[in-house]
Amino acid sequence: MAKSPKKAPARKTATKKAPAKKQTATTNPESEEFALRNLQKALEAKRHYDASDEELMEFYEQMLLIRRFEERAGQLYGLGLIGGFCHLYIGQEAVAVGLQSALDGDKDSVITGYRDHGHMLAYGIDPKVIMAELTGRQAGISKGKGGSMHMFSTEHKFYGGHGIVGAQVALGGGLALAHQYNEDGGLCLAYFGDGAANQGQVYETFNMAALWNLPIVFVVENNGYAMGTAVKRSSAETEFYRRGTAFRIPGMDVNGMDVLEVRAAAEIAMDYVRQGGGPVLMELNTYRYRGHSMSDPAKYRSREEVQDVREKSDPIEGAKKVLLERGVSEDKLKEIDKAIKARVAEAADFAESSPEPAPSELYTDVLVGEY
Amino acid sequence: MSGSQTKKKPQQGADGERRLNMIEAINDALDVMMERDENVVVFGEDAGYFGGVFRCTAGLQEKYGKSRAFDAPISECGIMGVAVGMGAYGLRPVPEIQFADYIYPGYDQIVSEAARLRYRSAGEFTSPITIRSPYGGGIFGGQTHSQSPEALFTHISGVKTVIPSTPHDAKGLLIAAIEDNDPVLFFEPKRIYNGPFEGYYDKPAAAWRSHPDSATPEGYYRIELGKANVVREGEALTVLAYGTMVHVAKKVCEEKGVDAEVIDLRSLVPLDIDTIEASVEKTGKCLIVHEASRTSGFGAELSALVQERCFYHLEAPIERVTGFDTPYPHSLEWAYFPGPVRIGQAIDRLLQE
Repeated sequence: MAKSPKKAPARKTATKKAPAKKQTATTNPESEEFALRNLQKALEAKRHYDASDEELMEFYEQMLLIRRFEERAGQLYGLGLIGGFCHLYIGQEAVAVGLQSALDGDKDSVITGYRDHGHMLAYGIDPKVIMAELTGRQAGISKGKGGSMHMFSTEHKFYGGHGIVGAQVALGGGLALAHQYNEDGGLCLAYFGDGAANQGQVYETFNMAALWNLPIVFVVENNGYAMGTAVKRSSAETEFYRRGTAFRIPGMDVNGMDVLEVRAAAEIAMDYVRQGGGPVLMELNTYRYRGHSMSDPAKYRSREEVQDVREKSDPIEGAKKVLLERGVSEDKLKEIDKAIKARVAEAADFAESSPEPAPSELYTDVLVGEY
Repeated sequence: MSGSQTKKKPQQGADGERRLNMIEAINDALDVMMERDENVVVFGEDAGYFGGVFRCTAGLQEKYGKSRAFDAPISECGIMGVAVGMGAYGLRPVPEIQFADYIYPGYDQIVSEAARLRYRSAGEFTSPITIRSPYGGGIFGGQTHSQSPEALFTHISGVKTVIPSTPHDAKGLLIAAIEDNDPVLFFEPKRIYNGPFEGYYDKPAAAWRSHPDSATPEGYYRIELGKANVVREGEALTVLAYGTMVHVAKKVCEEKGVDAEVIDLRSLVPLDIDTIEASVEKTGKCLIVHEASRTSGFGAELSALVQERCFYHLEAPIERVTGFDTPYPHSLEWAYFPGPVRIGQAIDRLLQE
């Protein structure tokens, strides 16, 4: 570092100095054990966010937009309009929507891996420019040069969209350091998967983030499979929220299929970070319905397993149920679905009809200048 | 063939020969070596239970058990480090890096440990490791699933770099690589896993079955590292290529009716410089084709060697047709790819001299 982080704020709880080893961990608020678990306790005390009817409707619409967008992307892939790699977010919608709805849009930054369409849509980024990026067109958000895995938005402080598994986590540490250095009050939300959680650089980042007290929320989106390998086949500790313990990073175990729980957890985590508590590690337990990518037939799991999650824990159906209980009519929901389908169809038309980038674009943006 | 794939009968050509695609041939080589040598151990991301994202390790866990064919977490640095330790203790690890684009976290272990262990222990310890990795583009993988990083390894003393272009060669070279007592980077051109690609992305893909070099004998055979293959003889110019580009270059020469000699290098380190030298001395003209970007690519080394050794035989400046000095683009993939048009133009320039 060229310069030490300025004014590292004091931790809320005294976790770093002289841990009182002989006291009972679970009852003594001064103990390390307690500090590592107190966020989880706060979540257990109140698992659901009190969403207003409008907020809940907004979550529902955002999740549905992601679902319909991804379904359409899958179709375009099948038609050959999207080439190469395409990782769908279907099933995981509540994670991006619940977490990102809690962000301070002016201050906070987000970074994620290659399964990034949902995070961009959760920001309210126009589906047209996302779909056009998938089809590799000039009008795409990265001018067609990035593709599905590599998308960015400076306007929304969205730092990508990264194709190398786990590499974005360390970048997230850098974003958080910049928030701290600039004293802008922002935090970084750094997503990665259960597979990426085994990359060494993730732990290098954990150490630095805790050491420098960085404002960062690490989010493991645990969808059960690292590409074709189930969590238990590749991970010694499959309770990912515990993996910050060695770095004194408090962990939270969250149901990622329930948008209201995700949002509640997000508020607890972000409050803690904003008050100078340093990094938090959230594990969002979720599930992807589709293969790892479009070329994955998903033979490593049974259809029944997928069907079971769809039937019992679908995040959109869950939100729909609450809306209906609150008196929203079936007709209203159908209307919303129709409007979202139209929006997605418009995005798909746009993505199909926009021109491809000119060959001269091959040499632009390699360096700032040309040589 | 092994495990679940043994149930599938190998394809047979019209001539009754056993025909495999490159994936099956690689699987076959691993099977042969695991059968012959219990020190051969295969592992990598998705490589055990699932059999690899490209299916190259399919059936091996079933046949040889979890101790010899197993899953690794997504930890390329750790995978490579563990392989170095295994190798130093006498095993013969064959780790898979799922895409060559993912190799960089393991680069330190390959360069500083695997490649250098023998030298710094004065030959006491070795790294008999074969690092298999699918590489190259042509599959719309964008910048993180398409790269050709071979020159990053040819630059490193103490490690060999091998790139097959056919199922027949893939099997024989992989067996030789596994038996080699030094670390070998074995880059598998993923665009030609299922069939030879001649550069026309808009035409239907061919299958290996109809290609003569899909004939892959059963059992053990080796193709020595450092022996190039002259895939087309000619007098008018020499074309040096490897991997996917062998097929593209050969097709262009056939279409243009050019009397070109096309050499498939097969291994870059060790390099069969004698075959190259003899050819260029005969033709007086040299074209180098590779998919990796141009500056400091392996073509630069080839060009320097040809110039040093054949200067007085050269009748024209050496030509290079390569990827551009840009990241591998998503939507402009075929503008980047050194395809038939650019190769044809380079041949025209050489023949006009």
